[in-house]
Parts: sequence; C-alpha cells; structure tokens
Amino acid sequence: MILVVVEQREGKLNRASWEAIAGGQQLAAKAGGESVKIAVLGGDVGPVAAEVAGAAVTEVLTVSNAALEPYTADGYVQALVQVLGLHSASFVVFAHTYQARDFVPKLAARLERALVADVVGLTEAEGRPAFTRLVFQGKMAADVLPEGDRPYLITLQSGAIAADTVRRGATPAPVTPVNVVVDGSAIRQRPEAPFREAKQAVDLSQAVRIVAVGRGIKAQDKLPLAEELAKLLGAELGASRPICDSGWLPLERQVGSSGQTVAPKLYLALGISGAIQHAVGMKGSKTIVAINKDADAPIFEIADYGIVGDLFEVVPALIKELKS
Amino acid sequence: MKIAVCIKQVPARDSQPRLNEAHTWIREDGAAFEMNEPDAYALEEALRLKERHGGEVVVCSAGPGRVSQVLREALARGADRAIHVESDELVAADAFNVAGTLADAMRSESFDLVLTGLQSDDQGFAQTGVVLAERLGMPHATIIMEVQVEAAALRVKRELEGGWFQWMSMPLPAVLTIQSGINQLRYATLKGIMAAKKKEIRKVAAPAVLTSRQRVVNLYVPQKTKQAQVLGGTPAEAAKELVKRLRDEARVIE
Repeated sequence: MILVVVEQREGKLNRASWEAIAGGQQLAAKAGGESVKIAVLGGDVGPVAAEVAGAAVTEVLTVSNAALEPYTADGYVQALVQVLGLHSASFVVFAHTYQARDFVPKLAARLERALVADVVGLTEAEGRPAFTRLVFQGKMAADVLPEGDRPYLITLQSGAIAADTVRRGATPAPVTPVNVVVDGSAIRQRPEAPFREAKQAVDLSQAVRIVAVGRGIKAQDKLPLAEELAKLLGAELGASRPICDSGWLPLERQVGSSGQTVAPKLYLALGISGAIQHAVGMKGSKTIVAINKDADAPIFEIADYGIVGDLFEVVPALIKELKS
Repeated sequence: MKIAVCIKQVPARDSQPRLNEAHTWIREDGAAFEMNEPDAYALEEALRLKERHGGEVVVCSAGPGRVSQVLREALARGADRAIHVESDELVAADAFNVAGTLADAMRSESFDLVLTGLQSDDQGFAQTGVVLAERLGMPHATIIMEVQVEAAALRVKRELEGGWFQWMSMPLPAVLTIQSGINQLRYATLKGIMAAKKKEIRKVAAPAVLTSRQRVVNLYVPQKTKQAQVLGGTPAEAAKELVKRLRDEARVIE
C-alpha cells in the first residue's frame, strides 16, 4: 500500500497535495499495482477528506485530534508513527511543502526509515522504483534508491507531477477515521497565528512581464541597468533569493519557492543560475529568456531563448535596441 | 549560552562539478570548496546571539580532512572552537549519517542551542538539522528568519510559503535551521585569522561502518526540458536578434 499524506490548514487543502496524490498513483503503477490510500491530519478534517475522496484510491484515513490543529512537528510525528503502525505502507508520499520539510525528516528519523526528499521525477533502477532529485544547485540530477526497511518516505517537489493527472474514482472512496493518541504535553512547539508582512506593494503574480536579476548583477549600484530594461519592456523587476538576502531589493520582489510564484508572458532572467528554488517559482512563464555568462547554468535548460554572455554588455545592447 | 553551529563544506557555487567514472559522485580532484552559504548565515546568527547573551560558539562539521579549512574560516570569523568528525566515508553521506555522527560528537557538550543552515548547496537534503534534533532529543523549528532568546525559551520567526510567516516558541535546548538572509554576514579580519590559528579543532572519529538509507545510482547532467535557442554573435547582434524574436516569434513585446 502507498500512503499519501495530504496537507490542510484550517480545513483548507493545500493544492500541492493533488500533485502528491497523482504521484502516489503513478508510483503505485510503477511498484506493480499497489493500492493507494490517503491520510489527512488535523482538527476537523471531514471536508478535506470528502474532497480528496474523489481521487481513485481505496480509502481515505482521517486522523482528527484537537492536538493536531494548529500543525506542529512534534504532534504530527506522534500521530503518523501510530498511523503507520496500524497501516503498513511500502511508500509514504508527501508534497515537498514547508510543512513537510519541517516534520518529515523527524518522522523518518523516529521510524529509522529512508527519506528521499525534493523528488522531481519517478524512474526505475535495479528493478525497483527510484527517484530523481536535483543536486549541486540544479547543475546535476541524481537517481536515488532508498535503502533499508520499508516504508520509504518521499516528498515531491512542486510541479514535478501535474495535479491534473490525478485519476478520479467512479465513486468517492470510503472515509475511515483512525484513532490516535496525541500527548499534548509532549508537543514542545507553541505556534502563533500565521501572518503576512505589511501589505505587499507589488504583486508579481499578476505581472505580464518580469525582468529578474540574480547574483550575476554583482552590486546594488548596477540595479538601475536592470530597472531601465524593465521600464522599456513594461516589466516589473523581480529577483532571486541572494539579491533579497543582501538587502538590495525588498523580499516582496523575490521569485521562487520562498518568494512568489509567477507566470508572466515574458520572464527575462539576468545573471540567474536557475537553481531549483528559483525555477519552481518561474518555470510556468510563457516565454523565458536567460542571459548568463555560464553556458552550463541550469536556467538554460528551461529557457526558450538564451544569450551566453556578460549581462553588462548584453543588457546595454538590448536597451539600445529597444530604444531604436 | 552554549551554541553549536553545524557547517558543511560544499563545492563552490560558481564551479561546474565533473562526474566521477562510476557516475555516482563528482570528481574531487581540482574541485574548489567553500562554506555552505546558509550555514554561514547560521554562524553569523550564533555570533550575534553570543554578543547579546554571552557564552560560547562551537562550530561542528562532519566530513573529510579538507573540511578543517571551513572550520578554520569560522574560527576566524569569531567562533570559539571547533569539532570535526573526520572521515572520507562522509564525503557523500546521507543526512542520517551526517546528523548521526554529528549528534554522537555533540551529545556530551550539552549545547543550549544548535543552529544549521536550512539546506546544503550540494545534496540539498534539508534534513540534517531536523534529524539532529530528533537524535539529540531536542525540539526544532525550520527556515528561521529571526531568533529571540527569553530565559530558558526561544521565540523564533518561521518563513512559510507565499509570503506568510509565523512566530513560534519552544523551550531550550533546541535546534533551528536558519534561512539565508536572516542577517548580514561579517567577514574574517586579519586579527581574527591570526587568532583562529590558536583555537582548538577537536577531531572525532566517525563510526567504522556507516549504513546509508539512500544511494545515488546515477548522477548526470539534467536533460533539458526545452531546447533553448541560443542567440550568438556580438552582444549587439544577439540583442537585436532577441528583440526580433520576442516581437515576431514569441509575440510577448510590442
């Protein structure tokens, strides 16, 4: 059995969970037609369970406990250890969300089981399912085999498997409550309510065109060059993480897994290598242009047009061309 | 407060790794290595906490002999001493082995706070800090943007997805994984570099046999999902061609 653990907060399903369900179904087919079950944890998880019961799975397990809302790593690990004790799985699949990153390694360590995280593709090696991860900042891919006793824990990177490939069932899957005992006194984290910083002035997700800068811009006083190009193209200015880390641009300009997800008509990446954390935030752009000195930069793997060259030579030439 | 910072030495960001013959790892000869950048932010945060609250900062790393270079660099930036779990077997170890060997070396130190970067630039597991917390029996929080220490407790600001944040409290001792950009990095001064030469790096042997829970069976340059049209020529020629393509072919500019 393959168990997909979906994610919800305050009764709302995280959309990435549909990708995890699709991934679980594909993995089941690869693993020789295993059954797929879904588990959902939290306070009142009934509505979310009903929603995911539409997928072609054999059962939806609900783990409702007041101690599981809001989410804490200590609470989730306690509960899932019990669920996996009652329902023996060969693989446990999660979406690679910030929540999964927070507790799944702890769960794997508690269970003494393998965790292959941040998976971007399913493959096969030595006659069994293997998992593709990007390593070395996206410059290399690795096919990885989990080892040791099962279950193996897998987290799927956002966008690795399309949510719309989920197979739907003819009738809703049965929903079964699972009783777990969660010792609230053993939960050490005390979370406060999530919040957003002061209202964001720029909503990059709505931008039609984006000119984004990365490490290649080298210095803050070089930013006006990118700003001028953006202005000529009618584009918003975006950035990769290091630019915002350095304080050169505000965090609200950041594109990537820890910033905004964007899908403009045109995404022009200046001096951005294209590491996975950035790529997941922008690869849905319609047309991607990469300008980078390094011909091996991963950004060229997702770009439609590329110029291998020094942005301090290419961007002025572009500005001149657009002005003429 | 006694603070540990776990630091990994990784291939330099601007280097292109080359495959070994078996296609299971990279070739180490001729490769340049540096301090994993998120770990540098964790070190900086530890030094700032020490400046505010007093105590000691101990940097810890698991890896081959070359790792002493980044430990020395951390000492030059202001860490007080270092622990090096030294083994060539740890070059491409999984997060369980790295965290497990670090935990064994750190346990007797009874740290109040353990910091790591949120992930490494090489394997990018983003697991070592969390597994370490489990092994040391400590609570943890990940992807931290701000740290407040209040008596025997911590209040930390976590980064969530899509511009959301959350404050969280927990008792000490605890493990935090630190997000890049939490602070501005300092660099070693000449005085710091001189002082670092006298600081202790305690060597600890790794277990003789490491049992991996995951194995790289094939390492390769990723296949392109798109075939980028690379526009050549001088910068002026490439710029002219790009503007033409964006107007006439992609139709994304006027």
